[in-house]
Amino acid sequence: MFEVIFLQFLNGLDKGAAYALIALGLTLVFGTLGVVNFAHGALFMLGAFCAVTVRMVLTMETVTIDPEQLSPWGAPLEIREPLMQAWLGDTGAVLVNYSVPLSLLITIPVMFVIGVALERGIIKHFYKRTHAEQILVTFGLAIVAQEVIKAFFGPNPMPQPMPDAARGAADIGAWLGMQANIITYPVWRLIYFLFAAVVIGGVFAFLQFTTFGMVVRAGMADRETVGLLGINIDRRFTFMFGLAAVVAGMAGVMYTPLLPPNYHIGMDFLVLSFVVVVVGGMGSLPGAVAAGFLLGILQSFASMTQVKAVFPGIDQIIIYLVAVVILLVRPRGLMGRRGVMES
Amino acid sequence: MSSSRNDLLLSVGFALVVLAMPIWLAPFGAGYPDLLQRFMIYGIFAVGFNILFGLTGYLSFGHAAFFGVGSYTAVWSFKLLSLDAFPALILAVIVSGLFALVIGYLSLRRSGIYFSILTLAFAQMSYNLAYSVLTPITNGETGLQLTLRDPRVLDAITGQTYVGQPVPTLLGQQLSGYAGFYFCAFFLIVAFVLAQRIAGSPFGMMLKAIKSNQTRMQFTGFNTRPYALSAFLISGMYAGLAGALLAVTDPLAGAERMQWTASGEVVLMTILGGVGTLVGPVIGAWLIKYFENILSALNDQILVRFYSFLPEGVSELAVKVTSKFVGDGWFLTLGLVFVLVVIFLPGGIMEGVRRLANLFRRPGAPTPRPTAHVQPAE
Amino acid sequence: MHPLPPLKEELMTNSSKGFSRRGVLKTGLAGILATGVSPLIFTRGAWAQEFCNNPTGSTVTIGLNLPLTGAYAEEGADEQKAYELAFQHLNGEGDGGLLNVLKPSVLKGNGILGKKVTYVSSDSQTKSDVARAGATRMIERDGAIMITGGSSSGEAIAVQGLCQEMGIIFMAGLTHSNDTTGKDKRRYGFRHFFNAYQSGIALAPVLGEQYGKDRRAYHLTADYTWGWTQEESIKNATEALGWETVAAVRTPLGSTDYSQYLTPILNSGADVLILNHYGLDMVNSLPQAVQFGLRDRQANGKQFEIITPLISELMAKGAGEAVRGVFGTSNWHWNLQDEGSKAFTKSFGAAYGSPPSQAAHTAYVQALLYADAVERAGTFYPPEIIKALEGHEFDGMGNGPTLYRAEDHQCMKSVLVVQGNAAPPSQFDVLNVVQEVSRDVTTYDHTIFGGELGPAEPAPVCA
Repeated sequence: MFEVIFLQFLNGLDKGAAYALIALGLTLVFGTLGVVNFAHGALFMLGAFCAVTVRMVLTMETVTIDPEQLSPWGAPLEIREPLMQAWLGDTGAVLVNYSVPLSLLITIPVMFVIGVALERGIIKHFYKRTHAEQILVTFGLAIVAQEVIKAFFGPNPMPQPMPDAARGAADIGAWLGMQANIITYPVWRLIYFLFAAVVIGGVFAFLQFTTFGMVVRAGMADRETVGLLGINIDRRFTFMFGLAAVVAGMAGVMYTPLLPPNYHIGMDFLVLSFVVVVVGGMGSLPGAVAAGFLLGILQSFASMTQVKAVFPGIDQIIIYLVAVVILLVRPRGLMGRRGVMES
Repeated sequence: MSSSRNDLLLSVGFALVVLAMPIWLAPFGAGYPDLLQRFMIYGIFAVGFNILFGLTGYLSFGHAAFFGVGSYTAVWSFKLLSLDAFPALILAVIVSGLFALVIGYLSLRRSGIYFSILTLAFAQMSYNLAYSVLTPITNGETGLQLTLRDPRVLDAITGQTYVGQPVPTLLGQQLSGYAGFYFCAFFLIVAFVLAQRIAGSPFGMMLKAIKSNQTRMQFTGFNTRPYALSAFLISGMYAGLAGALLAVTDPLAGAERMQWTASGEVVLMTILGGVGTLVGPVIGAWLIKYFENILSALNDQILVRFYSFLPEGVSELAVKVTSKFVGDGWFLTLGLVFVLVVIFLPGGIMEGVRRLANLFRRPGAPTPRPTAHVQPAE
Repeated sequence: MHPLPPLKEELMTNSSKGFSRRGVLKTGLAGILATGVSPLIFTRGAWAQEFCNNPTGSTVTIGLNLPLTGAYAEEGADEQKAYELAFQHLNGEGDGGLLNVLKPSVLKGNGILGKKVTYVSSDSQTKSDVARAGATRMIERDGAIMITGGSSSGEAIAVQGLCQEMGIIFMAGLTHSNDTTGKDKRRYGFRHFFNAYQSGIALAPVLGEQYGKDRRAYHLTADYTWGWTQEESIKNATEALGWETVAAVRTPLGSTDYSQYLTPILNSGADVLILNHYGLDMVNSLPQAVQFGLRDRQANGKQFEIITPLISELMAKGAGEAVRGVFGTSNWHWNLQDEGSKAFTKSFGAAYGSPPSQAAHTAYVQALLYADAVERAGTFYPPEIIKALEGHEFDGMGNGPTLYRAEDHQCMKSVLVVQGNAAPPSQFDVLNVVQEVSRDVTTYDHTIFGGELGPAEPAPVCA
């Protein structure tokens, strides 16, 4: 029984890290800019499609059609030659193999530019508008983004293989000196967990220990006073929106080997990440992280057969049930501030 | 005095526009019963939603749950009691009202986005359960349908029998096609007039006061919650009525109509048309349903015919570009329209109408900046 | 007469009062004129046709209800290609495809009853509600005489019920639930595709041969009607082999992360995982199961195996390498070597540059069977077409001799057991046919699923 519970707990941490990472960017934008960003899921999706694009470029092929020969289904035979391998030999194959982590390098600048453009182009004009209007405009943008992706990449998911070295499962039990083959966990999920931990830690450290971060935190608490001090808080907030887009995009890239992305992947995460942020308390970074882990772990345990035998269907509603209970008991979520988003 | 005359004129005009829809919508390809019925049904849904959101400012993200409950109740009434529409409608309104009472009572303990997330959570729980463990009641993914073997107790007592696939009736008259449309149209007009009455009543003023400044009202020792809960209840019953009517015109209840996207849709309808206005939400509902049914049905075959007057290369390009915005790409068009409306017409289509009206009345005169978003006139 | 100022409708703010009143009056007048005319519309349909959408011109319209977005979008797109091809062939264009090999056949390649075949289409979004609304539109507005397509059982059952109300024939596309021709069967609905029960009958012997009689199975099942019927059918079939079922766990339909359902399998004592998932569910769950190292494990001294009872080429493609060596069943495969399959693969490949999927095949065959039934009946009157289809024996369509069983409108034909190709030579060769299970074996007693077809006559007359 111990190994079952341990595995489920591990899985909860893994899920929780993913939830926390998505919620982090959302609450970052809300905390700094006061904007409810329904396009956050779309940013996650765009990041994932950066990885798809990089892989498409790396796996380009030359196609020669041989009209003499026919394929078994009667079309002229196509002979495909991968370009990268032809140009770079083994190096090309390595590049293709590591396409997912490599695309992080491209994703960071691309997402930053998208984020800044979005903030300067549209979001900026909505600071003074109602939250309902912010939701609507960002929701509209999310729809546009996902439909554009659908028009280019089609409606179907596009599998992104992970590097060969990260395939299969690692025997964690054996590392910890237990019997072999009892506690195993997929390598890529462990990588994702570490990645999420590093990014979350990095964002916290950035806000906590840099002057820039200090100013932003001050601006979060009292934007007007900071502005009166002659500090250009607006530019810093624009940067924060870019940062949130980068965090969402990187999360999207690293998630692609676990879930083949399609145009709709952002919407699937949107509701969930909102629940996480609200349960954590609007605008609270530690709250979002704590809520992410809490919901991840509870969801993992609720999916166990033993639990479902007692509460049928609990795995389908646990996230929402916890959200309801927490919000009814703690009016502003786990760590929310008073007066935020209550009118 | 003149304002009550205006109210009367508005409702009579509205009724005439609605009843004449089969004629004036025919040139737009929308003059067929199924879509007309949907215009009526989602119009009711949006009018009801506006009673909560437009008047009190509470943004519910879970109204689709009441809509779904209304549908399920109506289909069960057809199965167990009678194929007549009235017992189904009455029961659906009662049951969805009970749901709204419970969910509203709990959710209204919080405000702002916390309220929204609470309603969303309740609706998603209903949806997920309806799709899975509640299948004995909801028939899950397949949807609840009428069968030949349903007991239909009341019909059995009155000795009514049916040949073939059972369909809902009104006093023995089938409610498919245009009969169904006029039946729904009757309810939309009643719903509209009722909403007009509510908004103009002291109760309606109280709701608007909640929106403009709830804290101030609470400081004066006034308990706003019963009023907000009443508004929630009424709009939940409207949603239930709409859901039941959908089941009357098409006796199948599926869980998808309870999903959060369906809740989001009614929010979009209301805001697109104009929050807090009477006509706006209805127009928003019509527009979205028109987009969904007409734009999505345009395929390349039709586009090629449409652009056939253009020279060869140009027409192909036109087809290629247009096809990204229609057919399964209709959602892109919808998204673009939303973004444009929210950016340039924060008060929705009704604000556009008002601006146009001002333009015509006093060309050159400065237009009074309309109270765009949701601040009620005091 | 209350003291508070009544709510002003936004139209009626002072600045715009005059305009709006005129507007209301104008529309009001138009409305009066219009309502005076509207009762005429009631009578429109009554004398023009004696049954729903009787085609009177030189063309006949068929309604395609296809999921172009949503979980089964890929199947929907492939079905659309197949229908377009079928209509071309029926109209005498192209290479004629399966028209040349259908036996018996009265099809002449001049349309249906001399009328040219055209189509209208609707995106069902893989949602039952939307599918039903789309079908209604195609019947009411576009005058479709027959509805076909769909790629999920929920859609098929919802639309089939509607067609029964409207008096329109429904030729189901890809739908695998036992309910479509069982508990929810309808007189106006017909299914060529096989079902979960037949999957169980076909698959179990192969599993017994490959994996032995002493296995412990763990089911992950999509938590909805189709998943349940498949779980039940496969459970019964494998338990009859002597296998034991350790657990059957339901997963929410449309889940993306299955990790929390996969971890408990590791130490459950099971040595086989049966995935009762389809579409995107399986494209997600199968690779994740492989990532958890399930196929690298030993359990109970045996190699751990994964089974996917229903699998299609399109899903296998989506699941990538994870599908290699995995067993499942299919309705049809383009690599079959009979005349019909070869003819269809060739015609489809020439037109679209890729081999057809099983969804495309069943769609194409359904279109031809309907046309043939109309020709044999000599009329579009649905009850006559139903008579022509019920109990009809035909051959040459790639599944051997086939019977459209009269009692439940289910086709009785051979079923394929397939296995993921260990080293696919191309992206289309992802599945290998292991065995063709004959019709004698897959035929079952229709009474086990109950249900009632309902009457064909009087044929309902739609609005």
